[in-house]
Amino acid sequence: MAVEALKPDFADTGEQLEKQSASHKQEQVGRATFRVWRGDSTGGKLVDYTTQVTEGMVVLDAIHQIQADQANDLAVRWNCKAGKCGSCSAEVNGNPRLMCMTRLNDLNLEEPVTVEPMRAFPAVRDLVTDVSWNFTVKKRIKRFKPRPPDAPDGTWRMAQADIGRVQEFRKCIECYLCQDVCHVLRDHHKHDSFIGPRFLVYVAALEMHPLDTENRIAELKEAHGVGYCNITKCCTAVCPENITITDNAIIPLKERVVDEFFDPIARLVRLVRGKR
Amino acid sequence: MTDYQTHDHDVLVIGAGGAGLRAAIEAAASGVSVGLVCKSLLGKAHTVMAEGGVAAALANVDDRDNWRVHFADTMRGGQYVNNWRMAELHAREAPERVRELEAWGALFDRTDDGRILQRNFGGHRYPRLAHVGDRTGLEMIRTLQDHGVHQGIDVHMEVTILSLLMDGDRVAGAFGYDRERGRFRLFRAKAVVLATGGIGRAYSITSNSWEYTGDGHALAYHAGAALQDMEFVQFHPTGMVWPPSVRGILVTEGVRGEGGVLKNREGRRFMFDDIPENYRSQTADTPEEGWSYTQGDKNARRPPELLTRDHVARCIVREVREGRGSPHGGVYLDIAWIKERLPKAAEHIRRKLPSMYHQFKQLADIDITTTPMEVGPTTHYIMGGIRVDGDTQMSTVPGLYAAGECAAGLHGANRLGGNSLSDLLVFGKRAGEFAAKFAKEAHDTRIDAGQLEETAAIALEPFSRNGSPGEGPFQVQQDLQTMMQDLVGIVRTDSEMQRALEGIGKLGDRARRAGVQGNREYNPGWHTALDLPNLLTISEAITRSAIERKESRGGHFRDDYQDKDPAFGINVLVRKGAGGEMQLSREAIPALPPELKQIIEEMK
Repeated sequence: MAVEALKPDFADTGEQLEKQSASHKQEQVGRATFRVWRGDSTGGKLVDYTTQVTEGMVVLDAIHQIQADQANDLAVRWNCKAGKCGSCSAEVNGNPRLMCMTRLNDLNLEEPVTVEPMRAFPAVRDLVTDVSWNFTVKKRIKRFKPRPPDAPDGTWRMAQADIGRVQEFRKCIECYLCQDVCHVLRDHHKHDSFIGPRFLVYVAALEMHPLDTENRIAELKEAHGVGYCNITKCCTAVCPENITITDNAIIPLKERVVDEFFDPIARLVRLVRGKR
Repeated sequence: MTDYQTHDHDVLVIGAGGAGLRAAIEAAASGVSVGLVCKSLLGKAHTVMAEGGVAAALANVDDRDNWRVHFADTMRGGQYVNNWRMAELHAREAPERVRELEAWGALFDRTDDGRILQRNFGGHRYPRLAHVGDRTGLEMIRTLQDHGVHQGIDVHMEVTILSLLMDGDRVAGAFGYDRERGRFRLFRAKAVVLATGGIGRAYSITSNSWEYTGDGHALAYHAGAALQDMEFVQFHPTGMVWPPSVRGILVTEGVRGEGGVLKNREGRRFMFDDIPENYRSQTADTPEEGWSYTQGDKNARRPPELLTRDHVARCIVREVREGRGSPHGGVYLDIAWIKERLPKAAEHIRRKLPSMYHQFKQLADIDITTTPMEVGPTTHYIMGGIRVDGDTQMSTVPGLYAAGECAAGLHGANRLGGNSLSDLLVFGKRAGEFAAKFAKEAHDTRIDAGQLEETAAIALEPFSRNGSPGEGPFQVQQDLQTMMQDLVGIVRTDSEMQRALEGIGKLGDRARRAGVQGNREYNPGWHTALDLPNLLTISEAITRSAIERKESRGGHFRDDYQDKDPAFGINVLVRKGAGGEMQLSREAIPALPPELKQIIEEMK
């Protein structure tokens, strides 16, 4: 099984990588060893593969080379190879990363590079995990519900300044690295009562959309379990799109829940207005 | 008959990029049951990589724009071998399709007065591309996906289709396998929509992912449908060239739309050296005028960097071949220079082109706000594809529809940037609408058990061949890619393409011998082996069509026939002959109706 215990705190991942890269930035051309997890839902082990390294290579290139030359059946998901589709998520030396955006010259190649699947999801085979839970969660979130068009041409007007925050959330490529690193899911397995950072960002994008009229606050508190997040910001640290998940999405949602359910004045207003 | 896991749908959509999703949404909205097959996970399809924008004559930025100008631009860009009916419908309907996305939650960048912002792109007369920075495709696919999951569509993720099932001359469903367990799946359907995208994996330098193996083209061909104009492959002028591992990754045309310029190693803006006659009146005379255009000056004409993609790609090839290229065999694309003209230029670039900034910084150690990028052509798109009816998107096989990149017609010999995302929306919707209509009126179909057994047996053959080290499916695929790049690439000649045909034959033999290791569960070696026959079929179709078209037009450039020949103002068709051989024919294009002809004349 995994040689390296998963690091308890991912918040310093970026910094670690930078430190590593400072000492290994020189051009590396030669051979390197990749310690890749091979197995399925019943278990598996790390297997060493040595392959040629050339300038500019990323971890996904090395995996593809191994697949083509040594292990045709090495399972890996990938599509765009440019950080846009979020398919090739894995744990490289214990750090949740997109393999296509992890340069080999940012890693210490004097040691074997460990490549494992995302550990918060059930193993399917090798580097491929079962992420289907994420698709069922999204379906449970109330859909976008715009107000009726109110511009003369039958559409809407929105100022750029009012959509910037939501556009940040909509950069999400659904790589699920934030779900992988979130201890509420990874360690405490609260999949039935917590939707995870990805979908809190999704709810935030809907809630802050200038046209949306739906109210998702009650579900956020109950079914979506926003209260489970204790703001360790591990998700923000691993986001390849640099979305400030905790500060910009989750904390404002927590505040909305507090305003709605725990603010005595708001409670009084609700009583008077006869709402919930 | 073996008891396969079976799914029944009125309409089966194969492919879950923009076109497939839009088709599925439309079909479901009309009340029929819909199945959607994705080769990857939902939301990861190629549309997600589209960058620059979606073309629609909304006229938000320049009120001189309208569908007629968009139609004329599309026909001019396609060198008049387009399906004019599709070009008309596309130009007329694209604005409504874009506004519809907004109603489903998409958030495009805004104009100062709060409407959808539009940007300049090659071959479009006015700023026409609705966009979200340089991640428009992500916005589109996510909007369609998030809308679609509430429409009652059955989504089958990570399933690959091996063959279309026929009942007589009519389509009756599809047969494939799931990647996770390697089990066969039977889909019974009254109508099938192909939305499988393109063929980029037939080439070694490409912006396309592993999925792009021409599956829909090959499925349709073997089901008896006609393919059209397969010789028209688009080589996007600006892909990354260095380091080697990122070669081919797309650099959006949006960089040029925002003022980026192309230079050779001598620092010369070589695009001013060769401006085609039919674009001369629309092209800037000076760098100054070109810059004004990119900054929204309505009286200025566009810089030559924004000529059509086929032309820009050939100019880059010329510079490199004549020894004026950059160190790694490309040319320079410089957006950093705009700091001479704009205050806070670095910030502006990062805001307008965030993915490009990110991509070069992370993959090439280059800061595009200070340093020019090295770029060169990359296989990007195929204009040709399944021949369809312009209104309904039905192929020449009853009940079989095609939309998006795998369908032919809209783009003629060369596609304009931004016309792909609008193509997906306009014709995805139409395909879904008419497939549902067909399904409602159709009788039940009968599945031929023999066809299933045969397909399953062939699919399992690679396991019985074990595979020898050094000759697996990956090696055959790589050799095919290298050969197609060398012999049927940007510049083509008869003798090289004849060699390619021979090569395809030999590679076919090798593919039939290549074995795979391991078992059926999520086995990429096996998947690659099963994709190979499709790649070989479409490579042959491209090559034979390219030999047939003895002229140069749009994306198809012949060194031995360098000029456009009016006699080739036709479509080249490919069909499977009775003996299994590939048959080619030339098909005249119906005459333009007078009102469309007049638009083209007016805007010459």
